Amino acid sequence: MDYLTTLINEVYKVLFLIIPILVSVAMIVWLDRRVWGLVQKRRGPNVVGPFGLFQTLADALKYIFKEIIIPASANKTIFILAPIITMTLALVAWAVIPLSESLVLSNINVGILYLFAVSSLGVYGIIMGGWASNSKYPFLGAIRSAAQMVSYEVSIGIIIINVLLCVGSLNLNDIVLAQKNLWYVVPLFPMFVIFFISALAETNRPPFDLPEAEAELVAGYQTEYSGMMYAMFWLGEYANILLMCAMGSILFLGGWLPPLDIYPLNTIPAPVWMILKILFLFFLFAIIKAIVPRYRYDQLMRLGWKVFLPFSLIYVILTASFLLYFDKLPKGSF
Amino acid sequence: MLAHAIFFYFFSILAIFSALMVITSRSTVNSVFFLILDFISVGCLFIMVGAEFLGMILLIVYVGAVAVLFLFVVMMLNVAQQKQSWFIGQKSNHIPSGLIVSVLILLELLVVVGGWKYKENIMSSSNLVIDTTISNTHSIGSVMYTDYILYFQLSGIILLLSMVGAIILTYRKRENVKTQSYLKQISREKSSAVMLKDVDFNKGVNIDD
Repeated sequence: MDYLTTLINEVYKVLFLIIPILVSVAMIVWLDRRVWGLVQKRRGPNVVGPFGLFQTLADALKYIFKEIIIPASANKTIFILAPIITMTLALVAWAVIPLSESLVLSNINVGILYLFAVSSLGVYGIIMGGWASNSKYPFLGAIRSAAQMVSYEVSIGIIIINVLLCVGSLNLNDIVLAQKNLWYVVPLFPMFVIFFISALAETNRPPFDLPEAEAELVAGYQTEYSGMMYAMFWLGEYANILLMCAMGSILFLGGWLPPLDIYPLNTIPAPVWMILKILFLFFLFAIIKAIVPRYRYDQLMRLGWKVFLPFSLIYVILTASFLLYFDKLPKGSF
Repeated sequence: MLAHAIFFYFFSILAIFSALMVITSRSTVNSVFFLILDFISVGCLFIMVGAEFLGMILLIVYVGAVAVLFLFVVMMLNVAQQKQSWFIGQKSNHIPSGLIVSVLILLELLVVVGGWKYKENIMSSSNLVIDTTISNTHSIGSVMYTDYILYFQLSGIILLLSMVGAIILTYRKRENVKTQSYLKQISREKSSAVMLKDVDFNKGVNIDD
């Protein structure tokens, strides 16, 4: 009986986390399309509901009532599993994101490693979808996407090492609290820029949306998907983007901390600051989608391996030497 | 404690089942997927015994990087055809080497199972002092970079060597490849790029020089 109450309690907590995330993903899709439209001097979605806010819900309804077509030559199990994996992994990662010091589903010791591990698993949804479709465009798209995500993960990992050198803990709450006096975006600004660009590549956002480059690959790994399965890929993608924004705000923008610990600012509750920071980063994602042209594939690989990787490695050495020389290496607390 | 046991048996049964499926599954791609499932369940077992750092690193390194490359290779090569020729072909000389490898693995398994029986003796003979007050990430770091720094560096150098070796083995210089030189593009100026030419009627002009 005791287990049952614990179980129900946990399920309740998980639902309390997942439903707001799904709703905010729907809102964020609207925001994305709206910003994109405004940059191009269009209106964007503005018909369904106030300011077009319900556009995504209408789209979702449409997807639900569409027929799911499974190609005859596809590997059915893996074909169906792929969007499920994409979406599950995108949602599972949110378990460790702290919205305030106490408002977190699970405050684990290796939070940042968990985030990194889950985001590196995300590539499987795409490979599985591309391979199981048993068709040329999805397969090429999946191969491209996997190579791209694996390359940019390397530089994200090294950027995380930079932050960890300054914090001395893998716990996300410790990382946020270590930025109480100075957000890491100031001393580690180049790393923030590289993290942001790598996050664009990791989530297959323009200008790095080569896996679904329409002119070359129709829609990449999503070509054979239809109805709700396509919508799940899509939801997972946006949940991943939100996750990257949350990761950026935790690592560099001080998470749920107010910018200055003074009177009018510190009365605003912590989750509001966190959400504002995530929205700010997402706004940058949306603007970049509208204003930057797509990269060529060899340029993308060159940027990842020949520019970002050496630069972030050098910055690790710089950060470590600085901390060692000024005797600022994190001590205590462990 | 009951919940702990349930999770332990769940993950270990999953690990053993997927390990069996890796070697019995007909399709090679399915084998790799079961291998990934195996890695994930072993990672979960690591986390359950409190070695959360090892579990996460297992996920990041093996599932996030190694298995992706495995999957690449298996998807790109036509492994099914090769398997046919391995087993059905007349002159199959893979069986002796296969036998040697399987006997070695059997011996290793025997050693592991034997070691399990004498686990207590082995644990007490280890001279590692385990400090339970600090997180295991810190304890791994403090041992790895002090007492075992030589082994750590050595394994790093071996990995680097294998990487260099793989690149040397597969690298081939190709002729007539046009590469983009960013420096050249940026330093181009109007005076060197644009010129006026008088073109004679019916003769044309050579633009390549």
